[in-house]
Amino acid sequence: MSKARLTRVFVLAAAASLALGACAARDDGSDGGGNDNQPQADAPAQPVDAANPRGDGNAVCDPSTTIAYAGTINGENAALGQNILNGVKLAVEQHNEANEQCQVKLAEFETEGVPDKAPGIVTQMANTPDIIGVVGLPFSGESKAAGNIFHEAGLVSITPSATNPDLSSNGWKTFFRGVGTDTDQGPAAAKFLTENLGAQNVCVVQDDSEYGVGLANSVKEALGDSVACQEEVKSKQKEFSAVINKIKSESPDAIYYAGYYREAAPFAQQLYDQGVDATFAGPDGIKDAEFVKGAGEAANNAYFTCPCVPEDQFTDFIDAYNAAFGKAPGTYSAEGYDVTTILLKGIDEGNTDRAAMLDYVSNYEGQGLTKKFTWDDKGDLTETPVWTYKVENGKIVRNVEIK
Amino acid sequence: MPALFLAQDPWINFDVEALGEQFWFNTVEGLSQGSIYALIALGYTLVYGVLKLINFAHSEVFIYGAFATWFTFYGLGFRPGSTPDLPIFELVGFLLLALIAAMLISGGTAVILERVAYRPLRKHKAPRLAFLITAIGASFVLQQIIFIWRGGNAEQAIRLMRPEEAFQIFGAGVTNLTIIIVLSSLALMLVADTFINRTRIGRGIRAVAQDPDTATLMGVNKERVIMLTFLVGGLLAGAAALLYMMKIPQGASYQGGFLLGIKAFAAAVLGGIGNIRGALLGGLLIGLFENYGQSLFGGEWRDIVAFVVLILILMFRPTGILGESLGKARV
Repeated sequence: MSKARLTRVFVLAAAASLALGACAARDDGSDGGGNDNQPQADAPAQPVDAANPRGDGNAVCDPSTTIAYAGTINGENAALGQNILNGVKLAVEQHNEANEQCQVKLAEFETEGVPDKAPGIVTQMANTPDIIGVVGLPFSGESKAAGNIFHEAGLVSITPSATNPDLSSNGWKTFFRGVGTDTDQGPAAAKFLTENLGAQNVCVVQDDSEYGVGLANSVKEALGDSVACQEEVKSKQKEFSAVINKIKSESPDAIYYAGYYREAAPFAQQLYDQGVDATFAGPDGIKDAEFVKGAGEAANNAYFTCPCVPEDQFTDFIDAYNAAFGKAPGTYSAEGYDVTTILLKGIDEGNTDRAAMLDYVSNYEGQGLTKKFTWDDKGDLTETPVWTYKVENGKIVRNVEIK
Repeated sequence: MPALFLAQDPWINFDVEALGEQFWFNTVEGLSQGSIYALIALGYTLVYGVLKLINFAHSEVFIYGAFATWFTFYGLGFRPGSTPDLPIFELVGFLLLALIAAMLISGGTAVILERVAYRPLRKHKAPRLAFLITAIGASFVLQQIIFIWRGGNAEQAIRLMRPEEAFQIFGAGVTNLTIIIVLSSLALMLVADTFINRTRIGRGIRAVAQDPDTATLMGVNKERVIMLTFLVGGLLAGAAALLYMMKIPQGASYQGGFLLGIKAFAAAVLGGIGNIRGALLGGLLIGLFENYGQSLFGGEWRDIVAFVVLILILMFRPTGILGESLGKARV
């Protein structure tokens, strides 16, 4: 093919794609499923005494004072990380706006959510003396891989979302969580499946992540005899026909998927395509708009359990978030905001080195938007609400709190 | 379902009963998955046959086709969510458009890849190893371009047709989608085979594969043949991408080509790399093995089984099942 002819082919291709793009949009509203077997619980009201990152506006601190976010930003299951990062950014922005004398810097570190990458990045953070507190890491796998580095550097890290229970039993003095663990979520999920949804046979599917395996174990233990089958899938798997065929032969009432949305979306869609009509439920790792969009019509009637609190009533927070990012907050945005606020309060009260900050967080006690924050000596919260959510008309809405 | 566990903790099981129960289901699934592998494998095999080069960036050529498919659907006005109910001729028209777009983008990517990454090396008579490293490097570059542009999330699922059961074989449902995938890829393989074996250009490709120097002396334009080989491989990868996106609408993600590419490469080696019919046979076999293996050993063994079979066969037949033949005089 001559050069001229080759050019012509590409021009043609470009023209074709332009013509395609110009076609009218065909927006079809999704057909909402009938989820009316459950009365929706009222969302918790915004606590009047919730800590505010703005403080009293008179804080003074060194301009080099830095806190950091570390976690997935564009990497795997990125939507979960971005929700948190936006919450962090919002808190820092509000703080700096109100406190002219104390401009806290926010450093962002991309771990891509991969356990292999986290240790290198955390080491880098540990070697940056200006960083005195960290929000992260969001995922359990990366938290396990890097927790010891935080511990040795004496750098306090508050994860807004890692729920694997084993993380807090490593003796890391610097590890704190902004959410309950899977020993809270697992039994709650089991209770929700059997009591609220009335499922007698539940199929528990787990992926191969630290998070998926730990959560699945906790759910299975709580379900006891109600476990009809257990299946394993792998990260990055997109094709689940054999697993689904096995599940089909067990005809369960419900399926609980312990893992992240990236695999859960095609999995749910293929379940639906193969005519499995069991109720689909999953944890916080799949409670994201990405799941709803990825799973298509299969997302209708999906349920989520999450140790996160619905932020529907936190209007100040929602409005500010919307104004800053042009969209509504997602899963763990409010938790990210809350834990950042704790670090900022620490700075405002004059804790500007790592040791002082660690001491401050360890002894912290205060109300946040989502819950009351105070930690036991392992870094686990003492108050750990678990909520359920469901998909309605293509949107994730709150369902009931499991108590 | 009672299963025979080797150890208390079932890290592996031999669930012969499951294998038997799901045999036909796995056969159907394996054939549909395998025919996609086969189409991709053809790209590896053609390039290897002509250049003795393993084009590790072929998996990205494939994934570019998947993105082209997604953007065509999006450009046509379809959005993630429920599957539309299209009249048949409209559906076919839209799918053909997506096919053309995917083939053009994948074919174009393959040709550009050849020009940018491999031709300069050939000009300077670089050693074989340099090509291999360049291939891996090019694969990363193409992957990261998508990552920087579209981020880490897969494109949201857009689907034009729902799989519906058309008929059953021994109790295993065969969907309309499976039929389309298997038949289209067989047809494309047939076209490719005829193209290589019956046309003038095909003869040129075979001539260069067999003996590039003599072929050049006989008036074959070697550079043009090489470009065409990449183009054909790219076009088929594009077609495979459309079929894959119909099966797995969440398939357009920046790393999404890696595992498929590796398996297609394994398929090419299994069938005999450099052999077109070998690519078909290898693709189907890999698809079948991984599905049977998954039932027998458990879900997480799926990928391992395919590669263990590959190694076993190569131990006894290092040239692959059909052996290398693109360059042989055999027609």
